[in-house]
Amino acid sequence: MRATERADASPPPPRGKDLAEALTAVARGDQEAFAEVYDAVSAPVLGLVRSVLRDPAQSEEVAQEVLVEVWRTAARFRPEKGSAMTWVMTLAHRRAVDRVRSVQASTEREHKAALLEQTPAYDEVTEQVESRLEQQRVRRCLGALTTLQREAVTLAYYRGLTYREVAQLLTLPLGTVKTRLRDGLIRLRDCLGVTA
Amino acid sequence: MNSADLHTATGAYVLHALAPAEEAEFERHLAACEACAQEVEELAATTARLGLAVAAPVPDRMKEQVLQRIATVRQEPPRVSARGRVRSWTRSLPKLALAACLAAAVTSGALAVWQHRAAEDARSQARQAEQQAADLASVLAAPDAKVSVGELADGARGTVVVSRTQDRAAFIAAGLPELGDGKVYQLWFNDGDAMRPAGLFSGAGAERAVLLDGRIDGATGMGITVEPAGGSPEPTTEPVGLMDFPA
Ligand SMILES: [Zn+2]
Repeated sequence: MRATERADASPPPPRGKDLAEALTAVARGDQEAFAEVYDAVSAPVLGLVRSVLRDPAQSEEVAQEVLVEVWRTAARFRPEKGSAMTWVMTLAHRRAVDRVRSVQASTEREHKAALLEQTPAYDEVTEQVESRLEQQRVRRCLGALTTLQREAVTLAYYRGLTYREVAQLLTLPLGTVKTRLRDGLIRLRDCLGVTA
Repeated sequence: MNSADLHTATGAYVLHALAPAEEAEFERHLAACEACAQEVEELAATTARLGLAVAAPVPDRMKEQVLQRIATVRQEPPRVSARGRVRSWTRSLPKLALAACLAAAVTSGALAVWQHRAAEDARSQARQAEQQAADLASVLAAPDAKVSVGELADGARGTVVVSRTQDRAAFIAAGLPELGDGKVYQLWFNDGDAMRPAGLFSGAGAERAVLLDGRIDGATGMGITVEPAGGSPEPTTEPVGLMDFPA
């Protein structure tokens, strides 16, 4: 009798070093490896893009573009410069921000009050336990920042504002915002135990 | 932005919150500033965690669509490693050009010239031995790099660059006489009681920079001798030059 594959348990998406290896294989044109990378990154990519862009249809379009770009430019990933997840998420943030700024050029940005009261879309996260734990850690660490740090980091990351826009919105000097973005992220880094 | 401003722009940079011109300026700084490069790596990893925390359920059809799309998208060619190294090396050149650390240690009008040549030279080596060149670059550009200059036999001039934090040393020589067939210059770490092999030096004539093989590991200086092709386990001739490492 032939051993049958267990159809009920698809392997978990690769993480950490495995993800880096999969992405390296993608750079060599391995489509199966790309499917693995997709499984690992698509939810965070879509979630981040949606946090910046808000519009669901446009978010899905940009997320797809990001994922295709991961395929196209995988050869640029350099494992010694950081994790595969960081590489993908940096790309996703860049593209989301590019899009929101190009849209912004033609239409006026949301009202100040709307920007300020919007918190990241934590509640729509998957049921995965791991995601929930990650979410709790991040929320706890964001809570440990000063109000200014938290507002500046949140507006820049989750809403895609430039530091100039953040400064205008919070009526703060440019230098102060730049500093808050940096020391806010440093405090987050330490709180989350990020080692890069 | 002045240089203090640049150092504090790491956060805004990883958040893609700088204006395009500022971003370009910061990236030039990044290529020359080890501290910022390290911080940027860490802060980028931190922002990725912020992104993971807002992961959203993905519609099933999206995977099918993306997999179909990539099947028709041509990939950028895999980076031939030497090429990529050369690119990253080129990016780090401004640091060599500045090399304030070196300027502080040596006051010579020729310094800029040899730095430039050493860079050019290491860059051409990069095509063959990219990792070595990257290490060499890293020593030449180390914030704690110290330099001493000395005379070698026959009026040749040697320069040794030492990074104590990296525990590595680089050697630059100009004007060494050509050797006959079957002979090579060999470098040595001077461990006080013995000379430890530190690689071969194939740089007769033109100015040339190499990284000494192995760690300094307490050596007080270095030497260079002429040896039979392939090198020797210990020196077999009188040194062409002996130089102390800068303290
Ligand atoms: Zn810096």
